[in-house]
Amino acid sequence: MTALLVALGAAVGAPLRYALGHHFDDGWHHGTLAANTLASLVLGACVGWSVGGSALALVGTGFCGGLSTYSSLAVQSRDLGLRRGAAYAVVTIALGLAACSLGYLAARL
Amino acid sequence: MTPPPRLLMAVGAGGAVGAVARYAATEVAADGSGFPWTTFAINVSGSALLAALLLLPLARRSSTWAAALGPGVLGGYTTFSATSAQARSLLADGRAGLALAYVAGTLLACLVAVTVVGLAAPPLPGEDEL
Repeated sequence: MTALLVALGAAVGAPLRYALGHHFDDGWHHGTLAANTLASLVLGACVGWSVGGSALALVGTGFCGGLSTYSSLAVQSRDLGLRRGAAYAVVTIALGLAACSLGYLAARL
Repeated sequence: MTPPPRLLMAVGAGGAVGAVARYAATEVAADGSGFPWTTFAINVSGSALLAALLLLPLARRSSTWAAALGPGVLGGYTTFSATSAQARSLLADGRAGLALAYVAGTLLACLVAVTVVGLAAPPLPGEDEL
């Protein structure tokens, strides 16, 4: 049952990331950046609200996990070359951490 | 510029498969409160496999399969949101050194993996990287 909820969440999150990438990815992969940041924000809020069980499987593990990606981040960073790739990865990680903290704090208000 | 429905559906189905594989891995070996080794291993292995995608004839022949396996299965299998949440949690616990080691270690290991695999595999066109 839990696995089904994870699958359902990811079946929404992954195509959303793909569509964002198609619309907004350019030299800087703004679409993937937006998907990773949004997923971190939502997951931070889930943790802040102490969401657990079925809801966490659907929204956290499924949707946020499917919306975000590390494999694309790694390949895109490599293909951008050393300087731009490092900048893209560091900006993604910093925004992800900031968004996750923001979501967590907002949920705790 | 909306992707064709055929590709969106392929990514959705693949993403569901990948996310369930990630869930199963964390059920077998939960991350615990220290260094999140399971998520680390998932992200490094998923990145290496994405870099290797076009070694697979099926992915070279069909854009639908390439979307299902790349941004689909491997995008759903790997997770960036979990690394953000784990790093935030380590920082909140006052374990800044461990958080930094985790974040930097994951990025470096994934970059080394895709670079090494990339020496042997054909480069991915932009849309397959997503």
